[in-house]
Amino acid sequence: MTETYIGAPIRRREDVRFLTGRAKFVDDVKVPQMLHAAILRSSHAHARIKSIKTTNALAIPGVVDVITFEDIAHLAKPIPIRAYALPGLERYLQYPLAREKVRYVGEPIAVAVAETRYVAEDALDAIDVTYEVLPAVVSVHEALRDEVLVHEENGTNLAARYSISIGDIEMAFRQADYTRREEFKVHRHTGNPLETRGLLASYDSGRGELTVWGPTKVPHINRAFLSSFLSLPEQKIHFIEPDVGGGFGVRGEFYPEDFLIPFAAIKLGLPVKWIEDRREHLMAANHSRDVWCEAEIAARRDGTLLGLRAKLYGDMGGYIRTHGGIVPASAAGLLPGPYRIPAFECAVHCIMTNKTGLGTLRAPGRYESCFIRERLLDMVAADLNIDPAELRLKNLIQPTEMPYVLGVTRRGESPTVFDSGDYPMALKRALEKIGYGELRQRQGRYEEGKYHGIGIGCYVKNTGRGPFECARVEVRSGNSIAVYIGLASLGQGHETTMAQICADTLGVPIEQITVFHGNTDFLPFGGGTNASRGTVMGGNAVYLAAQEVKCKVLTIAGSYLGMAPSDLELRDGQVHGKGAETEKPLLSLEDVVPLAAPTSRVNPLEPGLDATAYFKSDNLTYTYGTHVAHVAVDPETGKVEVLRYVAVEDVGRCVNPLLLHGQIVGGVAQGIGATLLEDLVYSENGQLLTTTFMDYLLPTSTVVPPIEAIILEEAPSTLNPLGVKGGGEETSLATGATLANAVANALASFGVNVTELPLSHNRVREWIRRQQDKD
Amino acid sequence: MKPAPFEYFAPQNLPEALELLAQYGEEAKVLAGGQSLMPLMNLRLARPKVVIDIGRLSELQYIAPLSNGDLAVGAFTRQRTVERSDMVQREHPLLAATIPLISHAQIRNRGTIGGSIAHADPAAELPALSVAFEAEFTVRSSRNQRVIRSQDFFLGYMTTALQPSELLTEIRIPAWDPRWGWAVDEVSRREGDFALVGVIVLLRLDNDVCEKARIVLFGVGAAPVRMRKAEEMLSGGRADGKAIAEAARIVSEDLEPDSDLHASAEYRKEVAGTLARRSLVEAISRAREATKR
Amino acid sequence: MSRKHNIIVTVNGKTYERSVEARMTLADFLRDELALTGTHVGCEHGVCGACTIMMNGEAIRSCLTLAVQTDGSRLMTVEGIARPEELHPLQTAFQERHALQCGFCTPGFLMTAYVFLKETPAPTEAQVREAISGNICRCTGYLPIIQAILEAAPIMRSA
Repeated sequence: MTETYIGAPIRRREDVRFLTGRAKFVDDVKVPQMLHAAILRSSHAHARIKSIKTTNALAIPGVVDVITFEDIAHLAKPIPIRAYALPGLERYLQYPLAREKVRYVGEPIAVAVAETRYVAEDALDAIDVTYEVLPAVVSVHEALRDEVLVHEENGTNLAARYSISIGDIEMAFRQADYTRREEFKVHRHTGNPLETRGLLASYDSGRGELTVWGPTKVPHINRAFLSSFLSLPEQKIHFIEPDVGGGFGVRGEFYPEDFLIPFAAIKLGLPVKWIEDRREHLMAANHSRDVWCEAEIAARRDGTLLGLRAKLYGDMGGYIRTHGGIVPASAAGLLPGPYRIPAFECAVHCIMTNKTGLGTLRAPGRYESCFIRERLLDMVAADLNIDPAELRLKNLIQPTEMPYVLGVTRRGESPTVFDSGDYPMALKRALEKIGYGELRQRQGRYEEGKYHGIGIGCYVKNTGRGPFECARVEVRSGNSIAVYIGLASLGQGHETTMAQICADTLGVPIEQITVFHGNTDFLPFGGGTNASRGTVMGGNAVYLAAQEVKCKVLTIAGSYLGMAPSDLELRDGQVHGKGAETEKPLLSLEDVVPLAAPTSRVNPLEPGLDATAYFKSDNLTYTYGTHVAHVAVDPETGKVEVLRYVAVEDVGRCVNPLLLHGQIVGGVAQGIGATLLEDLVYSENGQLLTTTFMDYLLPTSTVVPPIEAIILEEAPSTLNPLGVKGGGEETSLATGATLANAVANALASFGVNVTELPLSHNRVREWIRRQQDKD
Repeated sequence: MKPAPFEYFAPQNLPEALELLAQYGEEAKVLAGGQSLMPLMNLRLARPKVVIDIGRLSELQYIAPLSNGDLAVGAFTRQRTVERSDMVQREHPLLAATIPLISHAQIRNRGTIGGSIAHADPAAELPALSVAFEAEFTVRSSRNQRVIRSQDFFLGYMTTALQPSELLTEIRIPAWDPRWGWAVDEVSRREGDFALVGVIVLLRLDNDVCEKARIVLFGVGAAPVRMRKAEEMLSGGRADGKAIAEAARIVSEDLEPDSDLHASAEYRKEVAGTLARRSLVEAISRAREATKR
Repeated sequence: MSRKHNIIVTVNGKTYERSVEARMTLADFLRDELALTGTHVGCEHGVCGACTIMMNGEAIRSCLTLAVQTDGSRLMTVEGIARPEELHPLQTAFQERHALQCGFCTPGFLMTAYVFLKETPAPTEAQVREAISGNICRCTGYLPIIQAILEAAPIMRSA
């Protein structure tokens, strides 16, 4: 395989339409006679619905319909779990509209459909709902008491519970010279893609076919769900993925609206568009993180880690969403991180409260567990008087120990195995880049009104979640090669990276390739884009499909030329004799196309120059890295300024360094914002207080420091032909840990102990104040 | 998030605007730059039945130095116009330094001086600045005209002394004394955000004795707060470290700020003291420079 | 309440005469009435900057402006930046520097940068950083956007 494209920093081919305002996001798609929907959402965290009166709303000119549970009852069923279905969670699922009771602020109660969104919102104002307000439970601690039950019929708010047990934890703690126990809290926050969710559904009643623009992330899975809800065969449902304004794990799951909007289109016989507004997004799209953990670590005096045990609680909100218990389960699953910790025990709990449901956000559970573990390590280092980098180097899993079997971290799953990696090297590179040798002298130093601190965070992250991905490569005349992928695109640049892989594998110029993605009509099966699986699963599927097509090309060309296919090669879109570097090509790919036609007499194979391939994998391949940050903290105002941030990431093999670099910078910036600024805050009675960007603060250009990204390719994956690992999520996951460690080090002289996030001005100042009051 | 329906008028001149206000009063909201009002309307937190757009009142757009040295600013003057005014840069350094702190350029391109003052967000810079200047506001209705002192204007959280039928037409900033030392500082979570705590200090020295001081805090309560006790303590005494520390302590102690999502009352009290201290140092330094000249 | 108001507005050099409801925002007017969907809506309360366009030479938030307020005005949206068949230096620089990923915020940044570079043709890095601080990007982390603007500046100066 020639490697002109893989590994090259190719500019993105899809950019022009975005730059010129010609991209088509779902709200840019317009169809004739389109109506607009608005969702009436609960203004109470916990209440019984006594009545819903829609007459006034229906009387408003331009209002076409108001849909309530009664209208959907014959089709309504709970939205199922598609992953991490921990036993017990299935009792807490959400119907697309509230039935008799609402369990979080923002829960959909009714859908108003009108000629414009303006009028639809007027209709919402005129719908009269009578609530019987119930007490709300808004903290895990409160919920555990089971006094206020979110789902009374289940008798408890503890929706699921299980334990991880690896090695002999009792022995570890008995043998330990040193132990440390702490409680950690990771705050609730979410991804806030700049484009909110949206759907446009259009039903052809003549043919009984439904078309929906807007689905993304896991379109095939969601189509299957919708098919089941509507009792409409999948082949009659067409999901079209438009351009998508980011996802970060939040957009693209099956939400109530994914049923409601198609339902409305079918009921009304007219296309219905719904575009979520920002206020809705903040209260209705999945929240994430929100983990509370009691953790205890055991070590020898020399810093050798012996054991880690924890009790971890995920605040799941009012209903379990499509990813089940992913947040607390993923937090627990990689809590030990890239370290050799022989004994590990963790009890995982999913707790229901009256808040928005919890779902995935970039590296779900991993940001949380990285924070917990890396903070503990720094505490160990401080207590045992060992440099935090030294402590890590001592305990990081060595390349000679690969593959490293961590163990079973979820019942019924195969053991977690780190396939390959040089973890110490990533740490060393990061330390070298930031100049740790010199810089560590400034730890905790007060310079010009600020305290300086350096923090380290090491991580490992599963990528390439299987079990399969599908791709199809098709060559047609006009030098036109199509690559169809089962992946979705939320901004990652698949139109470029997948073209790179196809171009190199097939042996054609990249300009001839167009990548199609997301639509359920392209391929029969697709796994979607999530869990950093795109490059691994999609990329390898493209590789396999392109290989097959190349093989076909050479076989048919060989048949035509009277040569063995093994004596031919395809290079730059031309068929050459193998080894005949300087001679003219024998055929062009364009020439081979008619030779593959159904009418051709020289084709020994099936007609067509195309192949559909599946890359199957039951293994996860692990990307890893290290972040190091230098911060300056103003002790009087609590302001944390990030002076420098170094992020080292090893993806095994990098398809496009320009794009991966972009992911790293973007992911780190997102993580810095989440760690310093973002917070979804609820009042005592379950009101979400952060419902606009005035209160939910996203990082802007003045918050983001210089970020130095280093991409390593030290440990290619041994688990797939391309040797790649994923690289989308891990870029933000160590930011909480790294910044928290930096702040803790900066404020060490105060004795401040950082066990909570975010690192807001107010919280940092409060920590200092509490310590000063003690003195 | 679309606004609720409303009746819209775009009067061509001031008398027309005042007539409309007289007619609709309580039911109407004045639309100036829209940077404060439109978010509220989009969120349906404000649902005026009538919107009176004063965008065509060019007679309210001016920055006019008066013969007595006062600066008269028309209420509909865009914040960006003040920001870009060479004359303001030269003659009114505190005003010049404060405007860029307001949000972001795109907001200042549309937002007006009068709009921000009439909106009276306690965390905004302009209301506090007007209190520090001891500015006066000309307010007109179809029936009369009056002048309200800034100290009497801000009554509470987003509440001013404006009657429903009245329009703020002019802000008069007293002549800038070149001997003033000054400072403006704020702590916000990100640059351009509303202040968690903000302070404006004006201070005049006579042979290193503090002749006059004004300390105004914003973001700490329902309206800008003038710290008179601290001001009095400073007046007549030496402008030294001890006095600064004491003034800052009084500011912190005297203040009874609110707690909210972003900062506790305790935080605001402490940081108010910190910012007061830092600003006094800066203002005194400038005052010393000014007396040398 | 649904009384319509007549407005005449020039957008990207073309003059339109339309009748609009008072409460229609400029963002919605551009997108729905004029089918100029390049301008995006991200928050509708003036914070994210995705809706930024140029009005009478200034960068403004179209979600905080009513369409009726633009009567007699000259507007420019992202569709007006490029010459046909040729990208504007800013657009080229954005692509070169990978200053967009999902692309949703991009029109707002382009308009902000376009106006900024007219006012400040030779900015420092710090000035660029501040100039774009009123626009939110969730994907890129801003650094490539800053670099793209710095890269485009001298090219725009020489043009």
